[in-house]
Amino acid sequence: MLEVQNISGGYGSTPVLSNISFQVAKGKMVGILGPNGCGKSTLLKVISGLINPTFGTITIDGVDIKKYSARDLAKKMTILPQLHATAFSSTVYDTVAIGRYPHQSGFFSTWGDEDERAVKKAMVQTGIEKYENQYLEYLSGGEQQRVFIAQALAQASNLLLLDEPTNHLDIAHQRQILDMIRKEVTENQLTVVSVFHDINLAALYCDEILLLESGKVKNYGAPHEVLLEEQIKEVYHTRISIQAHPEQPKPQMTILPDLPEQTEEKLITTNHFKIQEEYVEFKSHFPLRVLSSAVHNAGMGWYTTFMNRTVKPEYDIDNVKEEYLQYLVSKGFSPTNTVGMMTAVDSKRAVMKNYETSFGKVFIVVTAGVGNAIDVSKSYKRDNFFHIGTINTWVIINGKLSDEAFVQAMMTATESKSKALQHEKIYDLYSNTIATGTPTDSLLIAATQNGKLMQYGGPITEVGQVIGRGVFEATVEAIQTYRKGDII
Amino acid sequence: MKKKTLLAYSSSLIILVVSIWLGVSIGSADVPFSTLWDNETNPSAYSILWGIRMPRVILAGLVGASLAIAGAAFQGLLKNPLADPYTLGVSSGASVGAVATIFFSLSIPFLGSYILPLYGMVGALVAMILVLTFARLIDRSMKMETLILTGVIFSSFLGSCISLMIALTGEQLREITSWLLGSVSMRGWPYIQMILPFVVVGVILLWLNRRELNAMMYGDERAQALGVNVKRRKYAILAGGSMLTGAAVAVSGTIGFVGLVVPHMTRMLWGADHRHLLTLSFINGASLLIICDLVSRTIIAPAELPIGVITAFIGAPVFSYIFFKQRRRRG
Repeated sequence: MLEVQNISGGYGSTPVLSNISFQVAKGKMVGILGPNGCGKSTLLKVISGLINPTFGTITIDGVDIKKYSARDLAKKMTILPQLHATAFSSTVYDTVAIGRYPHQSGFFSTWGDEDERAVKKAMVQTGIEKYENQYLEYLSGGEQQRVFIAQALAQASNLLLLDEPTNHLDIAHQRQILDMIRKEVTENQLTVVSVFHDINLAALYCDEILLLESGKVKNYGAPHEVLLEEQIKEVYHTRISIQAHPEQPKPQMTILPDLPEQTEEKLITTNHFKIQEEYVEFKSHFPLRVLSSAVHNAGMGWYTTFMNRTVKPEYDIDNVKEEYLQYLVSKGFSPTNTVGMMTAVDSKRAVMKNYETSFGKVFIVVTAGVGNAIDVSKSYKRDNFFHIGTINTWVIINGKLSDEAFVQAMMTATESKSKALQHEKIYDLYSNTIATGTPTDSLLIAATQNGKLMQYGGPITEVGQVIGRGVFEATVEAIQTYRKGDII
Repeated sequence: MKKKTLLAYSSSLIILVVSIWLGVSIGSADVPFSTLWDNETNPSAYSILWGIRMPRVILAGLVGASLAIAGAAFQGLLKNPLADPYTLGVSSGASVGAVATIFFSLSIPFLGSYILPLYGMVGALVAMILVLTFARLIDRSMKMETLILTGVIFSSFLGSCISLMIALTGEQLREITSWLLGSVSMRGWPYIQMILPFVVVGVILLWLNRRELNAMMYGDERAQALGVNVKRRKYAILAGGSMLTGAAVAVSGTIGFVGLVVPHMTRMLWGADHRHLLTLSFINGASLLIICDLVSRTIIAPAELPIGVITAFIGAPVFSYIFFKQRRRRG
């Protein structure tokens, strides 16, 4: 569709672009990324023919754009520049109708059925038909932008060049406009080349990304090939971290700020833990990085307080999310800053241990109820009936763990727990084999993220060793305490 | 939409016809309607109508129409609602030409009194070429801002030239001042013949670019992307508008406000679509100046007020009223 070959040039005598080549296939959306002043907008203007390159050629459908007349080129391709402020008011319909200019010619150019259809279609595609007779200046920025996109769509060219189409718009309008453009690309084979400021939006919506640095192509490819931590750092001089998008198979990045070190000491001690009448609490004065399988705020996040709450055996589990939230609020906990677990075991039977290591103290807190112990390898033979009894484990580390180490710490802690059950000869009463846990066990790994980074958390690392030993010892003790309670 | 357009054209035309009739019939001598075709019952009225009033009304109409359509085109082209036919310095060129004619008492054999409008047009042409060349030298793509700034520079320079001549003059002071204030009186048919070709060519040039003006409202780049040959169209519009302005100023002096107010009023009433705006401004500009001329010669009769004073007195309040009403309704 579009082929850019060895383009160099720019404004006046100073070349902005040097030797840029790339191809865009029909029905693809390409994002141009790069820092301010790297030549993104200039490249777009060169492609559109607004600026002539000093070297190189641009071909559309195999024909050099210089060979097209202004009108014919406008039927093949159109560009929507960044600013469209008009001094005079006109209606939405009139604005969109301007898009039909290249299709009309002659002294008394007439407005045909095809023009009318194209305008109506463009207004429906962009969802602005209800504003048809309104004046442009009384629409919001996002609606105005949709009107201009409708104007470009009414032009009915197959290649659309956009310069930051969602600049200055809130996320609702950003999504609306990009969803709409993406729909045209996917369903109607529109080809789009767009300059983006926002790396995440470009990664989310584009098929391919062209990364520019000082007027040269740094990389061109699929978002996951271009959005590399090292490469973005090199081009934008900013540390970033790349994560997966939660829904789409696309990479997303987060800026890592270079903030001054906080002078406040980030150290967890026994004083942060308290055993209350109805729950075990942990309250820190700073957020910890947490990975957990809890009732409230499970997953990865930053939290300051944890709660392991004792509930009656007849507790109604159906409404647990809402009830737990209200409970947190009633006890003065911040619901957005707390990880919450539940157990039927009395909070006074919680076992807390701490271990000195070279990087700092590690705390293990376990409550164990094994009345519903299960051998996970035989669980498929059981019904799904809910039973009381659960093992909740907290591992709180004065240290800095990588994401990888967090996951390995969870594995290590789980294996260690199973070993404790085996050691205490806890049986699955259905299969009559040694149990590995209970169906509702929760685990929490928290780290202060202070100090030297620990990349791994497996069994032979120092942190892995202490987790393995600590979880085992604490769980054994908790089970023994639990049994004692049974006897009493 | 269609209904509104029809209403716009018919109401504008009715106002024009009424204005023309008022213009030719009111005055020191009564001219009844029948005089148009009947030259026997009242021969003096007939000769007043065809010899004095009709050419005066037609000239006022042509000048008003030219200034208004040029104003509409310049406002659209420069995307600036404050632009008027005088923004680009063309009228100052015409004024310098005319004032110089009076100041130096220039004369060319056989041309007689036409020497003044002739030099006026030459002045307008020279000013236009200078402004365009200079703007192109600064910025080859001829951005709108460059054009406006160049126009302002040339206008002030040429204005100083006029001031200089006024300061140095003695006996011609009154003649120069009254020309500068503008008038369409005592011109006669020959002036109409002189201005007409420029008006026709200028109007055609602008009218051919009505859709391009619509596209250019969204910026040069967007217009280019829509397939408009922006540079060529810009030259055509500038040439057409300057031709109309130069011709109007050369025959009548600088009559302010018409080129600013008429396009504004028309746009507020009937919309900014240049396909209609140009033609409607042309018709309404004619009506406005005919009425203003009528007022200028009747309000303190037998003396006459300068027509430029009347255009400002009538134009400003009407403009303010419509502006106010529109803002209230839409806001």
